[in-house]
Amino acid sequence: MYTLTGLKLKNPTILAAGVLGTTGASLCRVAREGGAGAAVTKSIGPMPKTGHPNPSMVKLDYGFLNAMGLPNPSYPAFIQELEIAKKDSGVPIIASIFGGSPAEFEEVAEGMLPAKPDAFELNVSCPHAEGYGADIGSNPCLVEAVTAAVKDVANVPVWVKLTPNVSDITCIGNAAESGGADAVVAINTLKGMAIDIESGYPVLGNRSGGLSGKAVKPVAVKCVYDLYTALEIPVIGVGGVSSWQDAVEIMMAGAAAVQVGSAVYDRLDIFSEISTGIEAFLQRKGYSDVKELIGLAHEMV
Amino acid sequence: MLPLNATILRINEESPSVKTFFFDLQFETMKPGQFVMVWVRGVDEVPMGLSSKNSITVQKVGEATSKLFELKEGDSFGLRGPFGKGFSLPSEGEKTLVIAGGVGAAPLAPYAEAARSAGSEVHTVLGARSADDLLFEERFAAAGKVYVSTDDGSKGTKGFVTDVLNGLNLSVYNRIAVCGPEIMMASVFRLLEERKALKKSEFSLHRYFKCGIGVCGACCIDRSGLRVCKDGPVFSGEQLLDSELGKYMRDASGRRVKI
Repeated sequence: MYTLTGLKLKNPTILAAGVLGTTGASLCRVAREGGAGAAVTKSIGPMPKTGHPNPSMVKLDYGFLNAMGLPNPSYPAFIQELEIAKKDSGVPIIASIFGGSPAEFEEVAEGMLPAKPDAFELNVSCPHAEGYGADIGSNPCLVEAVTAAVKDVANVPVWVKLTPNVSDITCIGNAAESGGADAVVAINTLKGMAIDIESGYPVLGNRSGGLSGKAVKPVAVKCVYDLYTALEIPVIGVGGVSSWQDAVEIMMAGAAAVQVGSAVYDRLDIFSEISTGIEAFLQRKGYSDVKELIGLAHEMV
Repeated sequence: MLPLNATILRINEESPSVKTFFFDLQFETMKPGQFVMVWVRGVDEVPMGLSSKNSITVQKVGEATSKLFELKEGDSFGLRGPFGKGFSLPSEGEKTLVIAGGVGAAPLAPYAEAARSAGSEVHTVLGARSADDLLFEERFAAAGKVYVSTDDGSKGTKGFVTDVLNGLNLSVYNRIAVCGPEIMMASVFRLLEERKALKKSEFSLHRYFKCGIGVCGACCIDRSGLRVCKDGPVFSGEQLLDSELGKYMRDASGRRVKI
């Protein structure tokens, strides 16, 4: 067992928000068949949202571009899904939430509490939803206020997921820490766009969106590395992790655990594969605990 | 993959509300039952079953399909795919029963043809609202015997495909492939379950797709959590036991909507 902000995980791999997290049954499948140590839900807000028109996600040679647009059934309708995940997944379930203001975040968090999420993850980083996500997450004052508002009502750990689309991510990380965050999660997608040259139309229904997958891993490693130095609270690494080697690398940069998103495209059991790979690596290198990997690169000077 | 550019070569009006669009791309490796994401630029992108290696057969139901219906020969749209899991093909000598309702005949016509080519005897139960709405009757007839049902009795048995199925001995078939409106599929599912034929049956499901490539999770079904776009759209009857089939589906926001 592995402890992260008080949560007990059977391994340090976590399903990232926005991936296979719309239904309770899907979250259970990722945990049971996929082997994830914990799972984060789809981001849930105060009102039902249908999201952006399709295409909402395309695969590129080096990653994925997406602009879902925070589709979600709203917290009153999502509670039944969260209850299913809590009852049958066998792993901690983290509720990802969003809102357009500290008051909305507070409303959604309070509304979700009856279903007993194991933690909250605040989405202040979605790059393509006006008035939400990164519109809040690029303003340190708002990040601190939103974090503090949720901490006020939540009796469970609060993680804050950060956007890399800022000049200094540590400044936003510090704001989350000041607001009382128990951990930060880095990174959400990088702003990106693709254009169909046959027609001139941007490919995504929202015209632009966020880049994930292999291409963003070096960006994630650097952000985690910087946040590890700047913050006292744990940093959870996410961004382009698709193998156990990627997971070890981002942990050496400072990640206390890793989230996996786009890589479920190739195989659902990527979580088991990564955790088995990490175990084998620890044995081969003679480490007694996975915690010895966290931030190791900082000592290598 | 980014959407490929598909130029329309020919348009067939199959019925007042259904058109087939033949395009200049050939999906040689497509398995009947697989789908493509059809991008009507500037409007939306929607999943469609392939009705042949180079065609989609579309019913006008919403904004994207209405726009698609305005397109002419020489116009183009974007295409990604083929995606998902298709119907399993029979082996030589096996007997196959195809059960098609309405526009659900679109992915089943190439399946009936492929099953026939594989050396299977193919029988089809083809249902529609009226004689005018029957889709691909000739293609199914070229593959084998066809039983027709229409809601209004304008051709074949008056009633539903289940009324035809009641008169058939299902034990002679090795495989049963089903596609049609959800209410029809739910009735067929119950009938096949009662007659102990679920094990050899496959159903093609229709759900709202967002990413279409198995990542976002918008199309996951209860209680298995299987993704319709990647683990389906074709599921075995056993995979659908204790499922949401015929009860509810989720809309674009993820809310459950009763069927």
